[in-house]
Amino acid sequence: MTQLALVIDLNVCVGCHACVTNCKEWNTSGEAGPMVDQNPYGKDPTGTFFNRVQTFEVGVFPNTETIHFPKSCLHCEDPPCVPVCPTGASYKRKEDGIVLVDYDKCVGCKYCSWACPYGARELDEQQKVMKKCTLCVDRIYDTTMTAEERRPACVRACPTSARLFGDIHDPDSEVSKAIRESGGYPLMPEWGTNPANHYLPRRKTKLRIREDELERADNPLKIDSQLPKPGKAEPSLDDVTSW
Amino acid sequence: MHPAFSVVFLTTLIGAGQGLFLALFTVESYAAFGLLPAQTNSFYAIGSAIAMILLVLGLLASFFHLGHPERAWRTATKWRTSWLSREVIVLPAFMGTVFLYGVAHWFSINPVLAELPSGASVNITAVLGTLGTVLAFALYICTAMIYACLRFLREWHTPLTVINYILLGGASGFTLAAALAATEAPDVMPLLASWALIITALGLIGRAATLIRNARLKPKSTLQTAIGIKHPRIVQKAQGMMGGAFNTREFFHGQSVALLRSLKWAFLLTTFVIPLGLLSLGLSQAAGGTLLLAFVVQYLGLLAERWFFFAQANHPQNLYYQSVA
Amino acid sequence: MTQQSVQEVKNTTCYMCACRCGIRVHLRDGEVRYIDGNPDHPLNKGVICAKGSSGIMKQYSPARLTQPLRRKAGAERGAGEFEPISWEETFTILTERLGKIRATDPKKFALFTGRDQMQALTGMFARQFGTPNYAAHGGFCSVNMAAGMIYTIGGSFWEFGGPDLDRAKLFVMIGTAEDHHSNPMKMALAKFKRDGGRFVSINPVRTGYSAIADEWVPIRPGTDGAFLLAVIHEIIQKGLYDREFLVQYSNAGELVNCNETSDEFGMFLRTEVPAEEACYDPQDKLWWDRKTNKAVVTHAEGADPFLLGEFKMKDGTPVKPSFQLLYERVKDYSPEWAEGVTGIPADTIRRLAYEMGVTARDQRIELPISWTDSWGKEHDTITGNPVAFHAMRGLAAHSNGFQSIRALAILMSLLGTIDRPGGFRHKVPFPRPIPPCARPPNHPNAVQPNKPLDGMALGWPADPDDLFVDADGGPVRIDKGFSWEYPLSVHGLMHNAITNAWRGDPYKIDTLLIFMANMAWNSTMNAVEVRKMLNDKDENGEYKIPFIVVADAFQSEMTAFADLILPDTTYLERHDVMSLLDRPISEFDGPVDSVRIPVLPPTGQCKPFQEVLIELGSRLKLPAFTTKDGQRKYRDYPDFIVNYETEPGSGIGFLAGWRGKGGEKSLRGEPNPNQWEMYAKNNCVFHYELPKSYQYMRNWNQGYLEWSQRNRITRYAEPILINIYSEVLMRFRQAAQGKGFSRKPPAHLAKRVETFFDPLPFYYDTLEAQASDKQKYPLAAITQRPMAMYHSWDSQNAWLRQIHAYNLLYVNAHTARVNGIEDGDWIWVESQWGKVKCIAKHSEAVEPGTVWTWNAIGKAAGAWGLTPDANESQQGFLLNHLISEELPACERGVDRRVSNSDPITGQAAWYDVRVRIYKVGAGETAVTEPQFPPLKPYPGQVERKSVWNYFAGKGAKK
Repeated sequence: MTQLALVIDLNVCVGCHACVTNCKEWNTSGEAGPMVDQNPYGKDPTGTFFNRVQTFEVGVFPNTETIHFPKSCLHCEDPPCVPVCPTGASYKRKEDGIVLVDYDKCVGCKYCSWACPYGARELDEQQKVMKKCTLCVDRIYDTTMTAEERRPACVRACPTSARLFGDIHDPDSEVSKAIRESGGYPLMPEWGTNPANHYLPRRKTKLRIREDELERADNPLKIDSQLPKPGKAEPSLDDVTSW
Repeated sequence: MHPAFSVVFLTTLIGAGQGLFLALFTVESYAAFGLLPAQTNSFYAIGSAIAMILLVLGLLASFFHLGHPERAWRTATKWRTSWLSREVIVLPAFMGTVFLYGVAHWFSINPVLAELPSGASVNITAVLGTLGTVLAFALYICTAMIYACLRFLREWHTPLTVINYILLGGASGFTLAAALAATEAPDVMPLLASWALIITALGLIGRAATLIRNARLKPKSTLQTAIGIKHPRIVQKAQGMMGGAFNTREFFHGQSVALLRSLKWAFLLTTFVIPLGLLSLGLSQAAGGTLLLAFVVQYLGLLAERWFFFAQANHPQNLYYQSVA
Repeated sequence: MTQQSVQEVKNTTCYMCACRCGIRVHLRDGEVRYIDGNPDHPLNKGVICAKGSSGIMKQYSPARLTQPLRRKAGAERGAGEFEPISWEETFTILTERLGKIRATDPKKFALFTGRDQMQALTGMFARQFGTPNYAAHGGFCSVNMAAGMIYTIGGSFWEFGGPDLDRAKLFVMIGTAEDHHSNPMKMALAKFKRDGGRFVSINPVRTGYSAIADEWVPIRPGTDGAFLLAVIHEIIQKGLYDREFLVQYSNAGELVNCNETSDEFGMFLRTEVPAEEACYDPQDKLWWDRKTNKAVVTHAEGADPFLLGEFKMKDGTPVKPSFQLLYERVKDYSPEWAEGVTGIPADTIRRLAYEMGVTARDQRIELPISWTDSWGKEHDTITGNPVAFHAMRGLAAHSNGFQSIRALAILMSLLGTIDRPGGFRHKVPFPRPIPPCARPPNHPNAVQPNKPLDGMALGWPADPDDLFVDADGGPVRIDKGFSWEYPLSVHGLMHNAITNAWRGDPYKIDTLLIFMANMAWNSTMNAVEVRKMLNDKDENGEYKIPFIVVADAFQSEMTAFADLILPDTTYLERHDVMSLLDRPISEFDGPVDSVRIPVLPPTGQCKPFQEVLIELGSRLKLPAFTTKDGQRKYRDYPDFIVNYETEPGSGIGFLAGWRGKGGEKSLRGEPNPNQWEMYAKNNCVFHYELPKSYQYMRNWNQGYLEWSQRNRITRYAEPILINIYSEVLMRFRQAAQGKGFSRKPPAHLAKRVETFFDPLPFYYDTLEAQASDKQKYPLAAITQRPMAMYHSWDSQNAWLRQIHAYNLLYVNAHTARVNGIEDGDWIWVESQWGKVKCIAKHSEAVEPGTVWTWNAIGKAAGAWGLTPDANESQQGFLLNHLISEELPACERGVDRRVSNSDPITGQAAWYDVRVRIYKVGAGETAVTEPQFPPLKPYPGQVERKSVWNYFAGKGAKK
């Protein structure tokens, strides 16, 4: 059984928000749209987004890590938001594991958002229905697009390719390999929601220089420190001493 | 959580309505077994009507909670998994039962359906009353389980939530019933007022137990598990948007800790302590006005209690929304 | 939903920042449905950033200007009271006014532009007009980076060249603003990290790129030079430099005259060599040969120079190799010394130096690519020392930036990383000779009525005789560019143009035309005072700057001060060229240029500024825009781009691709009438890939240099030796010392020139710091550029402003607590020039002596199409209010000011400002200060929506 998911590589995410606005621009004119913006030019602008990039500081100066942390619906394998929905508007697709909302069935009771520990759902304050990441379900199966294009908008946009997309149930997929080989982890594992999306941690490259590597036989100083020998005729003590 | 007034009113109004109905049928049951003198149909009818008014107002309030009330009928479809859906089914069923119960009493349509070996007769109101009682409890459970089933809202995820919904709804319903009885059925007033005292006292115990429990709760989710980084010091600097979002509006009450604390004492006083005093006073003096005042104070207290109930629930998603920059 | 709707996809080039990615614009029923990155574009390969993805909200922004506007009679400048006028009337006004100026004194017209991506055209217009008063934004952006590197290695970062992260093993990024080379840098960084490269970031602040560094090295602002000199010290002390590289490819071995009494002191010794034709930098310098122990011509067959030592020429002249002088220079710049200056522990500096040196030496790359060097020697392989660097405004925007950047370029050269795999690589048209050939005019006579300027408005002075000064050594340009105050101001000093024009120093002007630069706000220092200057009148009630014209697409703070507003189009509505004549988007492997092709019709009466210039040029009958018989030469901008040649028959035009009658030629060739169509068919981009053997070592690669010369990219094909020691700088110092035959600086500037024009990099405290009481103002205040905003541009963007609705001042948590400031407190930030009220934010990711904020998020109330109560103007703030555009001159008791800039290049010293912070008093409002009267929307701006459900096309759902 397929479980599509995103794997987000915190090792390379620079926090540019490309995934945030590319998601918005694709989806506002797509199946999930429109996605409202309120006070777009006034005080406290706010709108519906499926994806946000947050920033955290870890540690105390000077040992500080700045973490950019993109978050969207994690498409849990046991999504707590689905069973609580009274209308069946919130559902998980059997064929690919995407958790979706049927906007025609949603009554906007917000109960699913209460049931999501991750804050992945946002009520569209204008359409009055619950919205969330669809993994661009209106792209990934659109056969009028090229294979390259049949990926979620955020994944295509990401300049650092920090977002991988694929089937985490297929052990040979890029995402499964990344989770396996780079220490992919789920968020809030304590709730047993089995998020399909995974995160890859920061990885550090260090360089160790051994003492004996500093000076080598071919050190150019061996050449450059050899200054010209003084001419034999140049004055020396030999010229003036005789004892 | 951000307390939504629609839900605060919904749960308190129907809770009282359910309690009132339970009180009415308690009286009828006592009477059926001859433990009390039979009461007039009008007492039950008026009581049912008041219960219906509370239930209808509650239902009305619930519609304000929906983004698409015109689709409300759809909410009945997922009763297999959703407590909300179950509530949506049980509430009208209960309302229908209360309605029929009231109508049966008003029009004195009360044929005996069967005779129990003990000699007590089973008439239509008894059947409707029993059904109503079952539904009232079912409704309490459904309503409470909507909250209690959310396992990461740990302030709610406890049997105490269900117990409290039953006790608090019951207390307000019995207090109201006592006030009603003071004019419509004075000889049952003492029984109802006594029950109201008992349930209110139990409610105090239950609610206090919840407060004590919740005060001791240690969060299961932390910033460390939320972003998957193990370090004792993690601070959010930017939540990704500055003008707020659904996540910052729906899950935060936005009030100070001090206000929450004063509200806690206020609702303990108004829901329990003052009504207990007024009920005792009303009981001893057979003063209907005092009993009515007890209900009004208790209901206002319940509004505060329910507001606090929501506000106190700390949603783990809030870990992700700590800082604007 | 939209089955019947019409969908099309059109290619063009993004302009949400200066990165210039290829984009595909998807239209539905003529509305923008989606903008994604073009996978077939060499720059971004399909990716796109937050800004690029928000182009829709720029296109339909209510801040857009849609018709020409004239300031209402009687209304004050800055009040934003305008009435619509027609384009015909606009052109009539401009033609009449500019025609008069041109016929009398062309320098009374000044044209300054922002990051306009069409500097070749704007510069050409100014030159044709005859005014020297032209510059783009470079002077207040990163000119130090361009000049410091180009005067050292013949190339620089970003468009000029960059780190080869594909093959680097160690990458050191210093002071990089995150909008600089945005997407390509992000792509390369991610790939580099995935390939296991080690990434070190040296920056006072850990944001964006620095966040993913393997090591963050916090440094005090303005002290990068000290760090770099200490690293050089260690590299030399430990012998970790690439000797062979330095000997062959730099002037490290060249002998410098050390006779202090000689007029030639500090200059290279030269010998007579056979005169070559049209030679720029004759190979006539000397080495002291190890084998023969005597002076020989550099690169003499079999010779090997001493790099260290002191020698005497036959005539007794003491000489030293440049490298010896560098060795002496850095001798005292020890890591321990640098620790005290930079705040970086000496051990860290030492370790980083070793990492650089050892990685460069021990992880050497040999590519099996044969090439021939400039001396005819054939090589079988290309060597690479895989240590790469990138730096930008963090180094540049200091008054000691030029010398710091010289130090960086020298460090990169010591490690042997110039135009080699894994190190720094050039992008065509770089490398260029040191300095490049273009010169500014050097005499006031270059400005003549009704004549084009005799020379390029901007160029590269090689000695004092190239300065654009009058007989007294006074400046000819309004911004005092190329004067003795800032001799190498190769990008001008736009940041002083308004103050100088207002004061009438060096003279008054008549008309100031500003194109897409927010000079009344975030693009000016001292914004409060500059706004007053723009509105200031003389004793006769006339404006001190008589006429201000602003061309812009948006209602900005600057447009409010215009007498005439020319509404520009957005990038989706016009033709544009990213030309080799300007700053192209070349890749390491060869030249690349690209175009924009309109995907939408212009909104309202918007007119691309290019068209305005072509129209004005034609009406003013400027020679380049007029035929011999006085007729208009070009129909419009696309026609101009296709048919313009730098000289008749030169075959060089704005676009290098598909030249020749049928589009069969590249780089040079006759105009091709179908050139635009061919670009359109080819993703709007032309990419010429050089043969592999021409892709490296291009300073000294005979094949490349000859190719470049044949294609008229450069005039000369001589080797471009790295200037470890800068004789160009020495020539200025020599003049300041009264030696030599070239011009001499006025007495009051002699000391300044002598001090700063040091032929070897040195460290000095920034000029602002020297003029500040550091006890009173203990903190450095800087800005960073958020990746989701391009300067002031995107507050009108409904999506991007939700991410950055206002800015806070980040303060190290410890520093804040010491000052009694809690997270979220309102505070005052005060410099010796002014103070600003803002919100403090604690951070552990900032050096304790530094405070910082995101640049240009704060706005004036009502500007950029926002409501007067928008967060940008109520909580957001502008650091510019704390920064003066001028500093008191060094001499005491003299009422003279100099620009707050690098004394060599005139680079605006944004990051030098010193501040103190303190909590606001009880009762002070929670609103940022200073405040300005709110702007009202102008005629023609569309209504601001309070709720917007954007859905492209007719099938819009409710």
